Amino acid sequence: MSTTTAPAPNEQATRGTRFTSWAANYVDERTSMSGLVKELGRKIFPDHWSFMLGEVALYSFVVILLSGSFLTFFFQASMAEVEYDGSYVPLKGLEMSAAMQSTLNISFDLRGGLLIRQIHHWAALLFVASIGLHMLRVFFTGAFRKPREVNWLVGFLLFVLAMAEGFTGYSLPDDLLSGNGLRIIDGMVKGVPFFGTWISYLLFGGEFPGTQIVGRLYTLHILLLPAILVALLGVHMLLLIVNKHTQFAGPGRTNDNVVGSPIMPVFAAKAGGFFFIVFGVIALVAATVTINPIWAYGPYDPSPVSAGTQPDWYIGFADGALRLIPPGWELMLGPYTLSLNILVPILVLLVFLAVVAVYPFVEAWITNDKREHHIADRPRNAPTRTAIGAAGVTFYAGLWSAASSDLIATHFKLSIESVTHVIQAVTILGPIVAFFVTKRICLALQKKDREIALHGFESGRIVRLPGGEYIEVHEQLSEYERWRLVSFEEYHPVMVRPDARGRITQRAKLRASLSSWFFEDRIAPVTQKELESSSHGHH
Amino acid sequence: MADHGSADTGNAVEIIATDPGPRSAAVVPTDRPQNPGFPPERKRVADLDPAKEKQQERRVVAWFVVGIIGAVGAVAAYVAFPLDTRGSIDPSETRIVTLLIGLGIALGLFGIGFGAVHWAKSLMHGHDLVEMRHPTRGSEETRAKAVAVFTAGNEESGFSRRKAIVGTLIGALVAFPLPGIVLFRGLAPKEDANDVLRHTMWKKGTRLTRDPSGTPIKASEVTLGSAFHVIPEGLNDSEHKLEEKAKAAVLLMRLKPEDLHVSKGKENWSYDGIVAYSKICTHVGCPVALYEQQTHHLLCPCHQSQFDITREAEVIFGPAKRPLPQLPIYVDDEGYLRARSDFHEPVGPSFWEREH
Amino acid sequence: MTDPAPTTNPRDRSDTSQRMAKSASSPRTSRSARRTRTGRRSPLASVALLVIGLMATGGAYAAFTSAASAEDNGSANIADADAKNGEKLFQANCATCHGTNGEGTNQAPTLLGVGAASVDFQVGTGRMPMAVQGPQAERKPPQFTDAQVKDLAAYVASLAPGPEIPADEYLTGKGDVTEGAELFRINCAMCHNVSGAGGALTEGKFAPSLKGVSAAHIYEAMLTGPQNMPVFNDQNISPEDKANVIAYLTYLDDHASPGGLDLGDLGPVSEGLFVWIFALGSIVAITVWLTAKSN
Repeated sequence: MSTTTAPAPNEQATRGTRFTSWAANYVDERTSMSGLVKELGRKIFPDHWSFMLGEVALYSFVVILLSGSFLTFFFQASMAEVEYDGSYVPLKGLEMSAAMQSTLNISFDLRGGLLIRQIHHWAALLFVASIGLHMLRVFFTGAFRKPREVNWLVGFLLFVLAMAEGFTGYSLPDDLLSGNGLRIIDGMVKGVPFFGTWISYLLFGGEFPGTQIVGRLYTLHILLLPAILVALLGVHMLLLIVNKHTQFAGPGRTNDNVVGSPIMPVFAAKAGGFFFIVFGVIALVAATVTINPIWAYGPYDPSPVSAGTQPDWYIGFADGALRLIPPGWELMLGPYTLSLNILVPILVLLVFLAVVAVYPFVEAWITNDKREHHIADRPRNAPTRTAIGAAGVTFYAGLWSAASSDLIATHFKLSIESVTHVIQAVTILGPIVAFFVTKRICLALQKKDREIALHGFESGRIVRLPGGEYIEVHEQLSEYERWRLVSFEEYHPVMVRPDARGRITQRAKLRASLSSWFFEDRIAPVTQKELESSSHGHH
Repeated sequence: MADHGSADTGNAVEIIATDPGPRSAAVVPTDRPQNPGFPPERKRVADLDPAKEKQQERRVVAWFVVGIIGAVGAVAAYVAFPLDTRGSIDPSETRIVTLLIGLGIALGLFGIGFGAVHWAKSLMHGHDLVEMRHPTRGSEETRAKAVAVFTAGNEESGFSRRKAIVGTLIGALVAFPLPGIVLFRGLAPKEDANDVLRHTMWKKGTRLTRDPSGTPIKASEVTLGSAFHVIPEGLNDSEHKLEEKAKAAVLLMRLKPEDLHVSKGKENWSYDGIVAYSKICTHVGCPVALYEQQTHHLLCPCHQSQFDITREAEVIFGPAKRPLPQLPIYVDDEGYLRARSDFHEPVGPSFWEREH
Repeated sequence: MTDPAPTTNPRDRSDTSQRMAKSASSPRTSRSARRTRTGRRSPLASVALLVIGLMATGGAYAAFTSAASAEDNGSANIADADAKNGEKLFQANCATCHGTNGEGTNQAPTLLGVGAASVDFQVGTGRMPMAVQGPQAERKPPQFTDAQVKDLAAYVASLAPGPEIPADEYLTGKGDVTEGAELFRINCAMCHNVSGAGGALTEGKFAPSLKGVSAAHIYEAMLTGPQNMPVFNDQNISPEDKANVIAYLTYLDDHASPGGLDLGDLGPVSEGLFVWIFALGSIVAITVWLTAKSN
């Protein structure tokens, strides 16, 4: 534990403190809570804005739980047909499912109901978005390295669960938009060889749309998925405490310490306050901006559809993948139909997600680095990883933008066909370009860092020397500023070496070639000698 | 803090070299610059000036007061719109209620949030503390004890000795979830999925009717350039209305007869340029209904598959492969459009046994 | 269906009919009566509904006619149009492409039989004369005054019979909003989007936004099927139903989204962009403030 100053002893115990100490004693004698408080109370959390992103996800999840519980009191997860008799005039008298009617009633006949619906939905979008941003932060700073690979995997599962939660929730109101979303799911499931037809049949309890799916999705949405999600969230937080948070390199910060604010009181106040701020932002957005206007979509009916039928943003990459397939990708295997136009996108997405999930293990294998890492990398100092990340982001962005190809076409006055073709090219070639460009940018930034560390930065001051020569004065960094630039790790590619039995295995060769690909272009960190010689050579 | 000096110099690196194979790619630094240790601490205004400290305190109090006002305001907004008007709310009223209650709640939350953070930032203990890390792995002693626990457990149970017990236990564990999986068979209804997917409500003589009213359509009403959204007669009274509609929805269009390329055997499937095609996309089943009456292209709004009606709904763009199934039609003595038969192939998305 | 029919507790229902009775001005009642299935309301409720239905139709008719007469003195009327003047305008502005007698050329289609409605729509919305050749003629400020448009329409209508400019009684923006909404979703929403925000078509064409488009132009578009829009003739969608569709669009124009800003009614795409840029963006800005050291 940290060596912190003990709080100044209170001379006169007030009534409040007397009660607090009595309560603390009462609890401790029954739960031995003091041990936990001792262990965790002064735990240190480093301060950096990007370390708050996971918290955004956590807090939006809490908001989702709160608002969602409220909604369950009013929502009817039934597809029984009813006649709408609520307040919204343009739907009065229409036949719809009880699910749709109860959602409309929440929106129009329950004071504040629409606000809670909008809070729930906006919080859900924010939840997945903040998880995405949090994952990007963890990836690009290498915070997934040992000992945090397991927690990366847990976080990845949370991401997938969040998407599943989002999709099941989006489908519950049984409106036209979500109904067409389910129709697409039905079509995709039917494309699965051998079992597809039957899986769809089991899922929908017969033919699409059936009368079962909303009830089934509801059980998943409010019971099964949240239970798993909360359990994994617990594991995620527990591992965070066990591993302690990473920190960026900085003066005084090493791989063996954590520098920051203690939980009690500063971090607790900041994090607690931040929960209210995140909740406040969600409430503000929900109060002012419409989301999922089911009253405009109307009840689900298999015949109509709206222009611009899209899923919520986090399913967009899957929808985009479907859109990008060129015509004709369907095969006949004898009497059987193999829908490659559905299977290829599904497989591509599964492979993409699998790569995201296992990346930490792959990188650990390539580098063969078995040390614990607690200093977060600056992205430029791991050029190949950063480039891989940029390629992945480009690929995802390609799929994602494809899901709005029609809106891109109308808003930029282009044709849908050319937009689709361009996005097809970007999705395939973009990642390659992004990889090389990013890698070069990283190396250039590293060079610049090295330059500044050794020779200082350009001050903008031009001085004329006695000989008539003009120079720009370079100002040296302070040693604290310099440390930020020079303290990163050096790697060499893993060499091919014979194993214990004196053989060179294919595995070793593969590792060596991957490792040299990973590390061949690199900028060596500044050494002490270089620093000394440069500071002598300068003013 | 007193512990600022305790920062270690450089990265303490320990390579646990249990693997005799390839060396780690990491290079143990030899000539690295020194970690300069913590920089001198900068005091905040509230640390230096008691007046400023008082001012910061007032700000925190103000935020919390804003919080109270917000929460009370939200309740006031709720009360201001009485509850007994259920059934006659105007959407613009909903908009105001949502806005006012939401703003009140947001203000209440922001008051607490910004107040607490401001308190933490400006008044609470202001500089960094340090905690040392320990290797995540347990100490050698702990690990040895853990191993001893397992060894004792193994010996006392005879787990690795009693092969037959372990073998059958694994077998039983593998077998036990099977009933659970089988039980899910009950999700499916009795009919064969493959069978119902092949048939729609259309049969010989079914009249084409308007969606949603269900009134029959005369051929003379379908003028050039028209598009009718069609359901089979009697659909609205059908027991499984949505399921039937999901297969039977049809788009009826009239083109100039000379624009249509009709393949052999389908000559009598249309009537004087009037053609009927399934509205369900052969890709993943969205309704394909964006008909362009001059180009005669049909566009699916979900994944942009395009079908050319002049060439029997052949795919000209997008991920779909198969043309939309055509519904053969004829005109009866009264002039009403009727189906000649059901579709000749399953409508909607492809499935494995489609051609079986 | 295995689920029990919810909210059909008899007390609830009679409650509903009472509420219906109170809001006799609701145009929905006659439709509700038609859709009622047996066994779901008490017989008394049906009688009540019938009475209300009759009253509502009568009331709606009264409202209709008075509104229609109020609108009459507004815009230029086709009855007063001068086809002679229209011919002059036609020869000066349209004949180059459409031919001196409107018979069409290889640049533009024939205007024989397109009717006054077509001309009023195409010229009245500024689509014609076209500014540039493109995938489709786009809406722009009209080049002619309303009276000139009507003159042109009268001239083109005199060449060959075609759809006429709709009667004012269908353009009041009043009607059965529910019926209109349902017809709109089935016949229009796939191109124009459920909220009338518009959408993409093939090869650079698009279905335009319907927001703020006048009732007459919407009616004429349905009737004539301009450019690639299919024709919805009076046998497909009756004039009354066209009026209902217009009523729904008027309702949308008159009622801002109950949830607040509508983000262009573009659905999940604009919602997703909003959450990333504004919600997450402002939260990230707050995290920067939150973790910065106080001065």
